[in-house]
Amino acid sequence: MRVRVLTFAAIREIVGDASRTLVLPEGATAGDAWSALAGEFPALGRIEGSTRLARNGVIIDGAALLSEGDELAVLPPFGGG
Amino acid sequence: MKYEITREPLDPESLVAAVRSDEFGAIVTFLGLVRVMGDGDRPVDGLAYEAYPEMALPEMRAIGAEASTRFGEARVAIAHRIGDLGLGEVSVAIAVASKHRAVAFDACEYVIDELKQRVPIWKKENYRDGEARWRPNASPKA
Repeated sequence: MRVRVLTFAAIREIVGDASRTLVLPEGATAGDAWSALAGEFPALGRIEGSTRLARNGVIIDGAALLSEGDELAVLPPFGGG
Repeated sequence: MKYEITREPLDPESLVAAVRSDEFGAIVTFLGLVRVMGDGDRPVDGLAYEAYPEMALPEMRAIGAEASTRFGEARVAIAHRIGDLGLGEVSVAIAVASKHRAVAFDACEYVIDELKQRVPIWKKENYRDGEARWRPNASPKA
């Protein structure tokens, strides 16, 4: 299945694109998507503890199952205000 | 109510206009400004803000809805700017109206505290020495 991955701020700068498509096996979880991304960009491993994931705009944990067409946002710690 | 993420300079008066009503005797506003000393105590030329608007706007609305009932009846408007901001420019503007001032002060503080923790917006400090760094907000107040 294909998932659209959105990255922001420091993570976007590591990955290089604000938006990319990830191809994952059926039954993949959000954690699997993160692992695929971190495998491609080892620098992400250093910030894993502070990073959260959102599926279609809602924060989820790594065990959440993904579906075809989901938008998975990779969120570093917020800095608004 | 007015909730906005924009690249244009913020207009606090438009937020005041959005919340004012003959029923309300108090309006509290909060403006966040770009200050010269960044969170790392290094002088900056300015900040760059980035947002995930599809998630940030609903979260801003949720915070506004919470603040409008939590302390008493209030009306809330929130605007956040993104893009490159220079020193002294307004990065965030909040207006809260209520019958009496205590509710408006409490609700306004709630909105800025929750915004900093819950709304997916990021800030990069551009230092005068040419370096730049993404700076997260501090953890919630104890």
